[in-house]
Amino acid sequence: MFAYCADPKSLEGLQWLSCYLTSGSHMSFYASFLTVLVLLAVTAPVALAFGYAGAMAGRSGAAPLRWLGKGYMAMVRGIPDVVFFLFFVVALDQGLEYVLHFARCSDWAEPVRQGLEFRVCPAAKIPPNNAPQVVHQIYGFALAVLTFAIVFGAFAANVLTGAMKAVPRAQLETAESYGMNNRQINRRILVPQMWIYALPGLSNLWMILIKATPLLFILGVQDIVYWAQQLGSMKTQAYSYPHPDWRLGYFLSLLVFYLCMTKASELVLDRITARLSRGQAIVKQSGASA
Amino acid sequence: MKKILLASALIAASAGFASAQDTIRLATEGAYPPFNLINDSGKPDGFEVELFDKMCEMAEVKCEWVVTDWDGMIPNLQSGNYDAIVAGMSITDERREVIDFTQNYYPPAKSAYAAMDPDADIKGGVVAAQINTIQAGYVAESGATLLEFATPDEAVAAVRNGEADAVFADSDYLKPVVEESNGQFAWIDQPVPLGDGIGMGVRKSDTELKATFDATIQTMKDDGSLNELMSKWFGDEAPQF
Repeated sequence: MFAYCADPKSLEGLQWLSCYLTSGSHMSFYASFLTVLVLLAVTAPVALAFGYAGAMAGRSGAAPLRWLGKGYMAMVRGIPDVVFFLFFVVALDQGLEYVLHFARCSDWAEPVRQGLEFRVCPAAKIPPNNAPQVVHQIYGFALAVLTFAIVFGAFAANVLTGAMKAVPRAQLETAESYGMNNRQINRRILVPQMWIYALPGLSNLWMILIKATPLLFILGVQDIVYWAQQLGSMKTQAYSYPHPDWRLGYFLSLLVFYLCMTKASELVLDRITARLSRGQAIVKQSGASA
Repeated sequence: MKKILLASALIAASAGFASAQDTIRLATEGAYPPFNLINDSGKPDGFEVELFDKMCEMAEVKCEWVVTDWDGMIPNLQSGNYDAIVAGMSITDERREVIDFTQNYYPPAKSAYAAMDPDADIKGGVVAAQINTIQAGYVAESGATLLEFATPDEAVAAVRNGEADAVFADSDYLKPVVEESNGQFAWIDQPVPLGDGIGMGVRKSDTELKATFDATIQTMKDDGSLNELMSKWFGDEAPQF
């Protein structure tokens, strides 16, 4: 980074620190904060979409659709996150490769499963073996987003189902009496009013999602926890910047990061609550009676 | 014109095919200096990384490093997330049952105990080791209480903060830890040679890959360049072939 960093072992004090904190591995550490933020920014809307679809399916008049929605909620909510993360990602990855294998390599003689090995033809690999490591990382990240979205979508579906039930029945009946059809009722009456009931639950989910991001490393994405562990561990003279065990310091910086995220989220959520409460007589009434 | 187009398309296709065949994804832990580590520019480095970069060049294959955690390394190899393990993995009979190894590129690793108290009880006390390693297996059978950790660094830290009486790990890994501890750490007892050396782990069905690297390792053993590399990374007392 700086010219004087060429020979780190001769440096001392602030100069050493400035070189140390701008080393390549520290840059990767800083970039991994961005990875976490991107994960949150992408996962939250996708999970909300999954949740909305799940809640709508769960309320549907068509029985198969209703079963699908309720089954999704019950299944994902009932399975521990870590198990789901480990199982689902492997199953999805291998499932896709298995399908591609039959589509592209029908003349492949060897079996795909050989004992414990899972072996598809090179053309069926996702991503292909010769793709740069960046592509592999993006694929891993995409799998992570999808898994997070499915897990948190199920919880969001449950929250939204409750919120939809909380919208006073009289409102919907009034809409019916005006001659609106189901779609119109949903769009004009139900959905705009349900958010205020959904917000406490959804904001909880958002907080849990923030805290669940360290699961990324299980999925092979190098996140902030990985780098904190990697950089904080004791470094011998084999490294340019030898230092004792500094994990406590690195993990403290993660603590500060997560606390800041939580505080910022609270501020934003408070504003959203204030905004959604505007003109909602129902909320004030229930507040007064409680 | 048509012929030129056809020819260039063929060349492009065959080039694509060749590279699809020739990229080998090597998994390493990046937390086991001096065998493998993540250097200060954030890239894999160490004895194994330098050795395999050289061998890939000799074998004319393109290699790509994948940094992954130690504990899931063998299952991920089997499910095809990468093609080989180059992570200071000792060749043992247990591992041979599930994957294949090339011939060793590092002689049987001497494992040693290190502790802060020179009278630490290594046969009846608490001994820390990295999970799923040859050392962890040895401690489990030695009569001591085994404490397992995800990385060797955490095993050393456990001794520092008093959780364990001693740490048992590869002596090449522990050497700089002991030497740079200003006398805090001391060797306990004599080093124990374990396993059949360190080899590259491959899927059992990848016989061709195994043969390629078996031959390359042999070449480097014969011309002495492997010994040179070992002296470079492990110092003058490094074992030699």
